[in-house]
Amino acid sequence: MKTVITSSGKTTDSDFDKRFGRADFFCVFDNETNETSFIENIHKDSSNAAGTKAAEVMVELGVSKVISGDFGPKAKTMLEKFDIQMVIIQGDGVKINDLIKKLS
Amino acid sequence: MPRQRRLRKIVAPPKFQGYKPYGNNDYSTGSIDLLYEEYEAIKLADYDMMKHIDAAKLMGVSRATFARIYESARQKIAKAFVETKEIIAVYGNAEFDKNWYVCNNCNSRFTIPSTINEQKCPFVSCSSDNIELINK
Repeated sequence: MKTVITSSGKTTDSDFDKRFGRADFFCVFDNETNETSFIENIHKDSSNAAGTKAAEVMVELGVSKVISGDFGPKAKTMLEKFDIQMVIIQGDGVKINDLIKKLS
Repeated sequence: MPRQRRLRKIVAPPKFQGYKPYGNNDYSTGSIDLLYEEYEAIKLADYDMMKHIDAAKLMGVSRATFARIYESARQKIAKAFVETKEIIAVYGNAEFDKNWYVCNNCNSRFTIPSTINEQKCPFVSCSSDNIELINK
């Protein structure tokens, strides 16, 4: 089962990014193989509908869970439609490492 | 002009489109429209055995309004039984609940899509079933 965590960098020491559509990177974590990979968010500077585009990327990747700080209304409807679980984490200074530890 | 009706939150739509009487001699004498929120009220109060006040909170209406919806649902079902009418499920003033939950153990908020059957926190290290529905 694949999980996406929004990240501000491309290493597991990076900070967790609280934005979904405009996050810098997406960290894809597979809890069966314990592998992580980082994908750059190419839509982060797009003028509109970054959330929708990011949600499309999630669907293409075939993830079942997305962890972020919040989701916009368009991203929410989109993720809901494709039965992707949304998880909201609040609080500052969360690292990607911490979240991966909590998932595995 | 009357005040606009507040949308009633429902968790899931009924899994049927209607009910039909059978074995009655005279042909069915018409149909009765059962609204989604009425179905939900019956489900919460009589199937899930919730208290009206809790059920009302879940549907986002006042206790009194919930009682009115529930009463109307019961009357409709009774009428359909006695007069051998069909029951047809219609949308009504419903709104699907967004299903946001909060984990009381680790404070994360999350949704539970229909593909997941377990009602527990998504983090494996937490996996707490101490979760609560929130209005978001």
